[in-house]
Amino acid sequence: MNTSVRSTARLLWAGLRALLVLTLVCGVLYPLAVTGVAQAAFHDKANGSEVQSEGRVVGSRLIGQRYDLPLKKGRQTPAPDLKWFQPRPSDGLGQNSVNTRYKLLVSGATNLSGDSEELLERVTDAKAAVVEDNSTADHEVEPSDVPPDAVTSSASGLDPHISPAYAELQVHRVAERNHLAVERVAELVKRHTDGRVLGFMGEPRVNVLELNIALAELIEKD
Amino acid sequence: MTPFLAAVLQLVALIGALALAYRPLGDHMARVYSSDRHLRVERWMYRAIGADPDADMRWPAYLRGVLAFSAAGVLFLYLLQRLQGSLPGSLGFSSIDPDQAFNTAASFVSNTNWQSYSGEQAMGHVVQTAGLAVQNFVSAAVGMAVAMTLVRGFARTRAQGSTGLGGAPHGTGGLGNFWADLVRGVLRILLPISVVGALVLVACGAIQNFAGIHEVGRFTGGSQQWNGGAVASQEVIKELGTNGGGYFNANSSHPFENPNGFSNLFEIFLILLIPFALTRTFGRMVGSVRQGYAVLATMVGIWIGFVLLMWATEFAGHGPAFEAAGGAMEGKETRFGIGASSIFAVSTTLTSTGAVDSFHSSYTGLGGGIAMLGMQLGEIAPGGVGSGLYGMLIMAIIAVFIAGLMVGRTPEYLGKKIGTREIKLAACYLLVTPALVLCFTAAAMSLDTPAHSMTNSGAHGFSEVLYAYTSGANNNGSAFAGLNADTQWFNTTIGLAMLLGRFVPMVFVLALAGSLAQQRPIPATAGTLRTEKPLFTGLLVGVIMIVAGLTYFPALALGPLAEGLAA
Repeated sequence: MNTSVRSTARLLWAGLRALLVLTLVCGVLYPLAVTGVAQAAFHDKANGSEVQSEGRVVGSRLIGQRYDLPLKKGRQTPAPDLKWFQPRPSDGLGQNSVNTRYKLLVSGATNLSGDSEELLERVTDAKAAVVEDNSTADHEVEPSDVPPDAVTSSASGLDPHISPAYAELQVHRVAERNHLAVERVAELVKRHTDGRVLGFMGEPRVNVLELNIALAELIEKD
Repeated sequence: MTPFLAAVLQLVALIGALALAYRPLGDHMARVYSSDRHLRVERWMYRAIGADPDADMRWPAYLRGVLAFSAAGVLFLYLLQRLQGSLPGSLGFSSIDPDQAFNTAASFVSNTNWQSYSGEQAMGHVVQTAGLAVQNFVSAAVGMAVAMTLVRGFARTRAQGSTGLGGAPHGTGGLGNFWADLVRGVLRILLPISVVGALVLVACGAIQNFAGIHEVGRFTGGSQQWNGGAVASQEVIKELGTNGGGYFNANSSHPFENPNGFSNLFEIFLILLIPFALTRTFGRMVGSVRQGYAVLATMVGIWIGFVLLMWATEFAGHGPAFEAAGGAMEGKETRFGIGASSIFAVSTTLTSTGAVDSFHSSYTGLGGGIAMLGMQLGEIAPGGVGSGLYGMLIMAIIAVFIAGLMVGRTPEYLGKKIGTREIKLAACYLLVTPALVLCFTAAAMSLDTPAHSMTNSGAHGFSEVLYAYTSGANNNGSAFAGLNADTQWFNTTIGLAMLLGRFVPMVFVLALAGSLAQQRPIPATAGTLRTEKPLFTGLLVGVIMIVAGLTYFPALALGPLAEGLAA
């Protein structure tokens, strides 16, 4: 009995020492070395691909953000600022519930299923809003024109992109609100549409932040 | 180009890349686990551990090593989380509650990486890099080590005359040295690939810094808060080691973990790289690469079949909400689309990874069922690093046993007789996980409070619970994340399911390996089942499907099948 207790303790001690040695290698040296090389070789990317506009940081190329009007009194959520191109819905995004002195956004999806009534309602409402917001005096949007990404929340809630179809759908509205010619806004969207990586990886997409920065510059010039 | 054609091209590119890496990596791993030379840094580490790396261990000794190392891992990770509040470099985050800390420790040590916490708001730099990421390395290395013992169980007595780790003289029942296998797996296989892979991900846009939480301006004014960290270095080993625990709550769908279409394919490549290549290692070590190819063909066949099924259901996008939206894009990212997301979902659930680039709970009813069935096959096509290979070899033993019954011959595999003891151990292995999944699910459904955790109701709500225990006991870690699993009940029971689902099967694998290693080989005769032929591959696929089908069909019928057929 005594010897087996002692040999178990000795074995656990060996396991712990192995863990500490490997922690030194994989948990200290490895991340520090990778960080060192990454910071030297890919400084911007390693720090979050921040984008500047008019001399100030306005976000990250990779992280989606909202383009809303200031929150009105008595309303739960702010209304979208229709002057700007709008991103996908992000209903799955949460606020941090632990360590609450921070105001972190907690990435995430809605996790609602295809037969969920709640999701069906959200999709239907979102579609009606997209149709209404994007129909202008001389351009009528049909519900069948609305692409799926315009009415569904992404996986991360931070999707920085929309599909080219959703960007094109917004052209008339954005042109009208900013008193720009439709062709010029359409041209802007075309210039900011990225194809698939190497022609086949992923899907074509439009980066909303970059598009809105370009739009701001266009408005400025006018 | 249509999205479907692009999806097919991505699958073809992925297969091409995996094929290119298959032989060099498989041969390299065979050399690593057969060599009797130690690197200088390894000798230094063995001294620090206090272990003799040349001692040939029989199965009980090897098992004691596995268990002692893993127990130390659970304890260390638990304490690290409990003390987070007072550790420097933790962003001032508070300590993790006992039930969640136990769940997370069990999860990362068992290679599951089930997460009942949200990474960005709960875990600071120290716990992420020195705790969680370390287990990503070592739990993967433990899996490979155990797989190597089973391979050696078959191989030994064949490689006669060689010494050291490669092949002890037959009859002794030695299976190699746990400490040597562990250290080599980390140092010679996982670490070099991780360093290169992490830099590739940073080049794509994954972040790698220790900036902590900082304010970043917003386009419309004001600011937002980000949590920066050593993401790329953790992301790469999370995929390569088939672990799956994300730095962020959104896992590999978060743009900082998986920035573009290329990084997405690269991460799928990393997930599948070692599990597929291990079949080459296996073939090399048992002295016939064609035996490895037969196992590989089984894995590849099932994997491609599942991808095709997933495409069929996700591109069709049935379900009232998806039909209203015009496509199943809920819980999927624009830059990946439906095609690449489906490949990721199948690859992560057919291995023990559980990382996600899209949320499985928002897949179509049948799509969620395919993800679940992938895990319920036992994660063997190609499965987790190491665990996939030993799981598949157990199925091969079952298959030769069934073939033996049909023709009335004593079954044998790779020159080793599958006698009473061997088949008993294989059958026990097979029973552990389904027993855990079904019993825990039944218990959760029959109690009052666990049901409060469901986001969806009806068939999908049941699927959430079934998925959780399937994922835990199979050491996958992905989730129908609608389930609020941060309750004492789920933290504790899923924690137990993960530990039992990882280590009890390992006991049977090691016992089986020990028993095989002691056998003298029997020469192949005209009546021997040729296990390197396509006929055997077909038999193996059939046995895998039938075993999983018989085990899980009733449960699947209540969840995903009911939802999918109603849509």
